[in-house]
Amino acid sequence: MKQSLTIAKRELGSFFSSPVFYVVCAVFLIIHGFIFFNILNYFSLQSLQASQFQGMDAGFNLNEMVIEPSLQNMAVILLLIIPIITMRSFSEEKKSKTINLLLSSPIHLKEIVAGKFLACMAVVTVMLLLSSYSVLFLLAIGKPEIGPVASGYLGLWLMAGCYISAGVFASSLTDNQIIAAVVGFGFTLFMWIIGWGAQAAGPGFGELLKFLSLVDHLERFLKGIVDSSDAIYYLTFIVFGLFLTHRVLDSKRWR
Amino acid sequence: MIEVENLSKSYGPRQAIKNICFQVNKGEVVGFLGPNGAGKTTTMNILCCLIPASQGTARICGHDIFERSLQIRKIIGFLPETPPLYAEMTVAGFLAFAARIRLVPANKTAAAVDRVLEKCRIQDVRHRIIGRLSKGYQQRVGLAQAMIHDPQILILDEPTTGLDPIQIIEIRKLIKDLASSHTIILSSHILPEVTQICQRVIIINEGEIAAMDSLDGLTSAMRKSERLHLKTRNAPPGAAERLRQLRRVISVRPEDRGQFLIECELDSGLQDEVARLALEDRWGIVELKPVALTLEDIFLKLTTEEGGPHHETIPDHR
Repeated sequence: MKQSLTIAKRELGSFFSSPVFYVVCAVFLIIHGFIFFNILNYFSLQSLQASQFQGMDAGFNLNEMVIEPSLQNMAVILLLIIPIITMRSFSEEKKSKTINLLLSSPIHLKEIVAGKFLACMAVVTVMLLLSSYSVLFLLAIGKPEIGPVASGYLGLWLMAGCYISAGVFASSLTDNQIIAAVVGFGFTLFMWIIGWGAQAAGPGFGELLKFLSLVDHLERFLKGIVDSSDAIYYLTFIVFGLFLTHRVLDSKRWR
Repeated sequence: MIEVENLSKSYGPRQAIKNICFQVNKGEVVGFLGPNGAGKTTTMNILCCLIPASQGTARICGHDIFERSLQIRKIIGFLPETPPLYAEMTVAGFLAFAARIRLVPANKTAAAVDRVLEKCRIQDVRHRIIGRLSKGYQQRVGLAQAMIHDPQILILDEPTTGLDPIQIIEIRKLIKDLASSHTIILSSHILPEVTQICQRVIIINEGEIAAMDSLDGLTSAMRKSERLHLKTRNAPPGAAERLRQLRRVISVRPEDRGQFLIECELDSGLQDEVARLALEDRWGIVELKPVALTLEDIFLKLTTEEGGPHHETIPDHR
C-alpha cells in the first residue's frame, strides 16, 4: 500500500503543476460563491419580511434554508466538474505511454488504481475545504447547528468519491481524455437520475432503482442523519468502480 | 537466464511474431536486429509482461512470464520504444519516483538517483523539467530509469534513437560498461550498432527469427563467403583435415556424426571438389548443399527495406 501513496503523491504533484486544477478549482469556487450568496440573500429577505409579523421568524432555520440547499447545489457542480479531474488519470498515461513504466514495475495493479483514486480524492477534498468558508461565515454571523453541517459534508465527500470512482473507471477505458470525461459524466449522471425510473418500473424493481440512485442517499446526510446503509452504499459504489478499473487494466495482461 | 519457447503473438488476423525460440545466457549482450514492424518491440513487451503471448511461453530466471510476472518485474529494467517520462516532472524528481515504484528502499533512493545521473551523464540537467529537454536527453533519462534499481536484466528497445552521433557513442560505451554485470537485450535496426555492442545477434524479420549467430559468425558472413553443409554416413576422423587442404576453403567446422560446415570463398565452385573427395574416399555422401539463408541475404533485404537516412548518419568506428 506504500506504493499507492508514492503514486498518489506523484499524481498530486502533476495536478498542482498543471493549470487544469487551478481553473477547475476557480470555476467551482466562483459558482459555489454565487449560489451561496443568492441563497443567503433570499434567506435574509424572507426572515426580514417574517420579522415584521411578530412570531413568524421561529420557523426560519439556517441549516435548512441555507446550508442544505447550498450543499445540494455543490453536489450538482461536482457532478459537472469531477469528470474533468478524473479524465486524465489513466487516459493521459496511456497516451504518453507512461503507463508502461507503471505496468513494468514490480507493484500491484491495485496499488496503481488506489493511488490514482487517492490523488483525485485529495484534490476534491482540497476543493471542499476551500468551499467551507461559506459555513465559517455563517458560524460567524449566526448559529447554525454544526452536526448536520458535518454530516452533510461527509455525505458530499462520499458522493464525490463515487463520482471519482466512476470517472477513473471511464478513464481506464480509453486513451482519449475527452471520451473519458464524457463517459464518466454520463455514467454518474445516469446513476444520479436512475431513481426517476422508479414509477415506470413498478413497486419491486422501482424500489431497487430508487435505492441505486446516488442522490437519494445524500438527502439523509444533508438532514443530519448518518445512516450506515447510505454510507455502505457509497463505499460499495466506490469499491465496485475501482474493481472494474482494476479488471480493465488487468485484462491487458492476459487478453 | 532467459528462455523463450515457441512464442507467438497475433493482433487480430495479423501475426506479429511466429514461434520464436531463443535463449540468452547470464552476462550476455544480445541484439535484436530487424526492420520496423519485424516484431522486436512485441517480443520485448511480452518479456516485460506488458502484453500476453498468444501462444508459447518464456521464462526469466526460472520464472514464467505469465505466472510470476511480479518476480520478473523486480529483476528487469525496461526502456520501452517511447521512453515513459512524465513531462511535467524534473529529471531528479522523476528518477526518485521511478526508484520508489521499483522498490528501491527509501534511504537508498538518493544514492540510486545520483548513480544513474552520473552513469547516463545527465547530472547537469537534474533540476530541469523533462518536457523541455531535447530528445537525446530524454532518451538518456529513459535509460536512467531502466537501471535505477540495478536490475540483473536490461531490456532496451532501440536505446539510441534520436541521439546525435556523439551521444550514440556515449550510450554504446555505457551499454558496454553495463555488460560486465548485466544481461542485456537490445533492439536496433542499425547493423553497425549491433555488431559493436552485442556478442550475439538475433535477426528478426516478418515475425520470425531469420538468423541467430555470434558476432564472429555474422562478420564472417559479411566477408562475402559461402557456406556448404556436408553430411556423410561414415567420414573418417581425418576428414575435416582433408577438406581444409582443398583450395579456397577458409574453414571447416566439424559437427556431430559426419557433418561438416565448410566455409569457402565466394563463387569457388567448391561443391564439385568436395563431392569428388567424398566419393573417392567413400565417405558415403548423404547431403551436400549450400547453407540456404546467408546473413548477407538478410542484410541486403533489411537494408533495402530500411534505406533510411540512419545509415549515413551513423558513423562506423570499426
